[in-house]
Amino acid sequence: MAQSLRQLVVSKAESRFSLLRLAPFLTLCVFLAPVVAGLAATILPALGFHPALNRYDIGLKCLLQFFSLPGAGRSLQLTIWTGFLATALAFGLAMLFSASFCHTRFFRCAQCLLSPLLAMPHSALAIGLVFLLAPSGWIFRLASGALGITRPPNVITVQDDWGLSFVFAVLLKAVPYLTLMTTAALGQVQPARSLALARAMGYGVFGAWIRTVFPRIYPLIRLPVYAVLAFSMSVVDVALVMAPSNPPTLSVFVLRLFNSKDLAMQLPGAAGALVLFLIVVGSIGLWRVGEILVARVGRRIYSSGRRGGSGTVSRSLAAGIMIMLLLFSFSALMVLALWSLADWWRFPDAFPHAFTLTTWTRHIGAVGRPAFVTFVTGISAVLVSLALVLLCLENEDRMGSINRSRTLLLLYIPLLVPQMAFLFGTQVLFIRLGIVGGWIGLIWAHVLFVLPYVFLSLADPWRSLDTRYRRSALCLGASPWKVFFRVKLPMLLKPMSVACAIGFAVSAGEYLPTVFAGAGRFATLTTEAVTLASGGDRRVLAVYVFLQAVMPLAVYLMAIVLPGWMHRHRAGML
Amino acid sequence: MCSGGSPVKGPKRIAMESNNGCMLRLEDVSLTLQGHVLIPPTSLEVRAGEVITIMGPSGSGKSSLLDFICGTLSRAFKAGGRILLDGLEITRVAPEKRGIGILFQDDLLFPHMSVGENLLFALPRNNGDRGQRRAVADAALAEAGLDGFFDRDPATLSGGQRARTAVMRTLLSHPRALLLDEPFSKLDAHTKGEFRSFVFSHARMRGLPTLLVTHDPEDARAAGGPVTTIGSEWQED
Repeated sequence: MAQSLRQLVVSKAESRFSLLRLAPFLTLCVFLAPVVAGLAATILPALGFHPALNRYDIGLKCLLQFFSLPGAGRSLQLTIWTGFLATALAFGLAMLFSASFCHTRFFRCAQCLLSPLLAMPHSALAIGLVFLLAPSGWIFRLASGALGITRPPNVITVQDDWGLSFVFAVLLKAVPYLTLMTTAALGQVQPARSLALARAMGYGVFGAWIRTVFPRIYPLIRLPVYAVLAFSMSVVDVALVMAPSNPPTLSVFVLRLFNSKDLAMQLPGAAGALVLFLIVVGSIGLWRVGEILVARVGRRIYSSGRRGGSGTVSRSLAAGIMIMLLLFSFSALMVLALWSLADWWRFPDAFPHAFTLTTWTRHIGAVGRPAFVTFVTGISAVLVSLALVLLCLENEDRMGSINRSRTLLLLYIPLLVPQMAFLFGTQVLFIRLGIVGGWIGLIWAHVLFVLPYVFLSLADPWRSLDTRYRRSALCLGASPWKVFFRVKLPMLLKPMSVACAIGFAVSAGEYLPTVFAGAGRFATLTTEAVTLASGGDRRVLAVYVFLQAVMPLAVYLMAIVLPGWMHRHRAGML
Repeated sequence: MCSGGSPVKGPKRIAMESNNGCMLRLEDVSLTLQGHVLIPPTSLEVRAGEVITIMGPSGSGKSSLLDFICGTLSRAFKAGGRILLDGLEITRVAPEKRGIGILFQDDLLFPHMSVGENLLFALPRNNGDRGQRRAVADAALAEAGLDGFFDRDPATLSGGQRARTAVMRTLLSHPRALLLDEPFSKLDAHTKGEFRSFVFSHARMRGLPTLLVTHDPEDARAAGGPVTTIGSEWQED
């Protein structure tokens, strides 16, 4: 007996060098190494060092060459303007909405509609928006009677020079995203009592929220706000569909350079990618400075004792805008469905002449391959990410406390660094490894973006599981792995499946990673839809985009329903 | 030599045998949190079938002491001293190999398992085939006055029924010592008295050395054993 106990002690000491302890390190390598290496492999050519093209003259020549390209300066302005406008509006609207409605039934109801909205790929929403807003779109068709028009009006409603339609398309997803992030933060702050106190002192709904709750939740949503800023400055697919095309936003400008037939254009392309990276870093810095100034003004406002209005105006404004955003998103989905089923649809008619399944049956074969690629890539990227995330969290449980704020920042790196700034370099790295244009490279490139989301959505529920369940299971004689598989995983089935659905939606919506890591050999529904969006038959485009929007939506709904069904006989799990 | 606990080769044991001769000993056990001494070096001996009560206010480190004995103490604490179970040191043994059962304030029945599955989760492997294991679980339920509850969802049970299930679950894992972390504090007055005698009689019947942690003097009286007080110097906060 004594000997067997001694063996147990030894085996425990040995287990310290197990795979589990390597999990965080392995995870970091998997999702940060390609980003860091990719950035390096972009910066070097930007500075003139590109052995593949026999260029070794290090200096600022490529940067100067980039700025001398026609449209580069205008494209830079457009990127900065739209980025700040979209972020400021999205942030303002999300705050206005949360402040006016937190704890109301309307808020919970809107939340239920917002989460499936987030599952839809951004480019799908943008294309649907074109179907709505374009001069020949559904809105003008519905209004044609009232306006007395029989032909599409000669106005610019999409791809306008100011980028306003692009900003609107970004808002459709950025507002729901920031609102849901705020909701999650509110859960940690428990604002009900401070709100009640402030309102008892005579502050209005909005005023009380801004003064007592906002300062506490802002630190919790700071990184998501930065992610929105970085995203709206660097997104490619939405910009291809909605932003002006000549000159385009910086990221599209750079993509064109990389895709140019003249390989030497890769050097100014890399320089442009570096500029984009610096612009995003600088903008986040500028936003941070803005935060400090607002905080200083804010302090003066709290101490002034001014109560502010009752908040009725801001309340109706918030409700109106949120309903409008929801309406636009769901009509976008609906108009796609209508077009895909349209027999033919002449301009001023409000609805198609007749409905038919012809477009679907004729293109179901062609759409099958990209749908398959989307599905396999999404599922594989989710499974790889989930395995890594679970190992990291389990390791955290067994090792005790870990510095969480540092991990959080690391997780956001792939979301903050513009994709355009490192994916070119990642492609170079993947070519070296011989995995470009294959499944491994494609799935790996998707894991970079799926993993942070899976981690972020699973970490909180995981960490808040009552640790006494684990302790009592151990004391009942269950090994740590038995506890992991029989207690933790089943109890966390619901958040796990939601995390998987979010991860799948992220993967299904990715455009640039597929383009670069797939090296043109893989097409997903998203890449096909974005390509088709530049012209061609609306009915065929509608088939692709509808499927693109619905596939992650279906996965998301399944993720909500399935755990409930599996635990249908367990009231304690509902 | 005590039987039960970690799997040993030999003839199959009956599920609920008594456990004569086990003894739990703490030697100079101390607990420190961030340089703050919660428990100064303390020695304690709990004989088979005996219940020792540790009293102390919340925050005095009495629950952490039980965590240390179980092997699930958070790394934030620093612990010293040795724990011996029947003369063998278990201070560094993995929690699942120690053979120490614990009951918490909440029943902590796993909500995704049925009542019976909760019991089978605890029952060690070497207890026969599926049918025999099921029979052991059914017998345990009958012993707790829960005949025919095997397939029930734990969420549908009353507080007292859940508490008794939790006790049977712990006993089925064949512990060689029992720790009670205020298991009575959340029950209503009527259930409490009944449940106290249920727990103590089962612990005595199996000859388990039992350590009870509580801040309710009534619990200590019902346990009927010696009482130790810790952390009295922190009583004011």
